[in-house]
Amino acid sequence: MMHVRRSPEEIAANRARYEEHQKKGLEFAPKALPGPSPLPAPVIEAAAIIHQEIVPGGWYWSSKLLRGEAIRIDQGEGNSTVALVAWNAEDTSERINLVDTAKVQWTTALGKGRVIFSDMGRVMFSMIEDSSGAHDCLMGGSTAASNAAKYPGEKTRNTRDNLILAAVKLGLDKRDIPGILNLFAPVRLAEAGGFAWQGKRTNSGDYVELRAEMDMLVAFSNCPHPLDPDPTYQPKRVVITRYKAAIPAADDLCRTATAEAVRGFENNALMQA
Amino acid sequence: MSDFIQTSPARSLQNAAQDHFIAAEAPWSGLVRKGQTIRIEDSYGQQAIDTLFYRADDFSERYSNQDTMRMQGAAYIGIGTKIMSNEGNVMLTMTADSCGRHDTSAGACSCESNTVRFGHGTKYLHACRDNFVLEVSKHGMGKRDIVPNINFFMNVPIKPNGEMTIVDGISAPGDYVELIAEMDVLCVISNCPQINNPCNGFDPTPIRVLIWDGED
Ligand SMILES: [Zn+2]
Repeated sequence: MMHVRRSPEEIAANRARYEEHQKKGLEFAPKALPGPSPLPAPVIEAAAIIHQEIVPGGWYWSSKLLRGEAIRIDQGEGNSTVALVAWNAEDTSERINLVDTAKVQWTTALGKGRVIFSDMGRVMFSMIEDSSGAHDCLMGGSTAASNAAKYPGEKTRNTRDNLILAAVKLGLDKRDIPGILNLFAPVRLAEAGGFAWQGKRTNSGDYVELRAEMDMLVAFSNCPHPLDPDPTYQPKRVVITRYKAAIPAADDLCRTATAEAVRGFENNALMQA
Repeated sequence: MSDFIQTSPARSLQNAAQDHFIAAEAPWSGLVRKGQTIRIEDSYGQQAIDTLFYRADDFSERYSNQDTMRMQGAAYIGIGTKIMSNEGNVMLTMTADSCGRHDTSAGACSCESNTVRFGHGTKYLHACRDNFVLEVSKHGMGKRDIVPNINFFMNVPIKPNGEMTIVDGISAPGDYVELIAEMDVLCVISNCPQINNPCNGFDPTPIRVLIWDGED
């Protein structure tokens, strides 16, 4: 079977365009981003707080989160990994998409100034604050089997079951559970592709703040990451605060730092017009 | 297109149970029975082949890229990789690989993500996600059933600092992977139409899928 190839000129033009995007994404964008947010976390004004909840180690939580609100996830006094998933409240077939999030931003390392995309090319969250810069969008969460292997003989809760519980209580089912973003998980990749846990032993006091860029349902699971080096199952409580965020200024970091975020927010604007 | 490569005395073109030619940019789906071996061939080289698997008798169990990466402790797919489901079961095992580089971190291209990556002018270009939507809809599934996929022959190095970029594929004409099914699975393929990055050498080409019965 013959295949008619594209012309060398078309191919050269597309390659040149790709290399231009690549250069912006790999070289210019990282320079436009700040370092991690300073510690300790500033106090959130009481009047802005909509809801605050302490999620015990091993448990899950979910909430509606409206556009313009933000959520702070605070490690409190101990180390913990918080697995996060989210759906568009109006059409739950649109959901957090980490493969797109990494690919379009040219990085798996998410931190302050980055955004989190849905499968529809729209921004769900802006990472407006992040003190740790250590999150994992690749490895997913614990399961009953992974916990049984890691903590033999112990009765433990796991992220997979937690997220099924959260999804079903929201009227969804396990088909709706997308890939998981692990907050506070210092996972790094070796050149050969192997994973390693390369963090501080604890993330005590670290926090992340995510601003909602559309109305959403969000679900969290607070269980140890599969690579957490602690051989004992002892996830610590986290504090989750839903609050009214400041209205983004024209030069808002997350909306302007990268060409990809700019275009993502243009897609949001079409939906919200 | 290259000559047939015999990876086992039992595998020849003549005794293949199925032999599919998949045109450039086209989708395909088919059933692979437990014990059967599926070969996915990059017939012309440098062609990303976006692939999903669903348990044949319960589509709610499906390929999970995160479980697959977690179970093998590594980001890339290669010989010996167990293709895991969202229920933690092995769906298939990769038994042969003449290429050596396959991705499962970067997902499928879509009209929507193309606008973000390459500009709004690229919205109306055919994309893998549209292929997937059309193909899974034939089996009673919808957009919510499309999960992060494997990209056979796509080269996406991830650096220790997290940097991720799609670079030129290393597959040559005739390169192939073979996977043995550990359960009955529905295989769904989008022969990637992307022309804005090097995953297809900027020139999408046809592929071939062969399936052989188990050798007992
Ligand atoms: Zn594609």
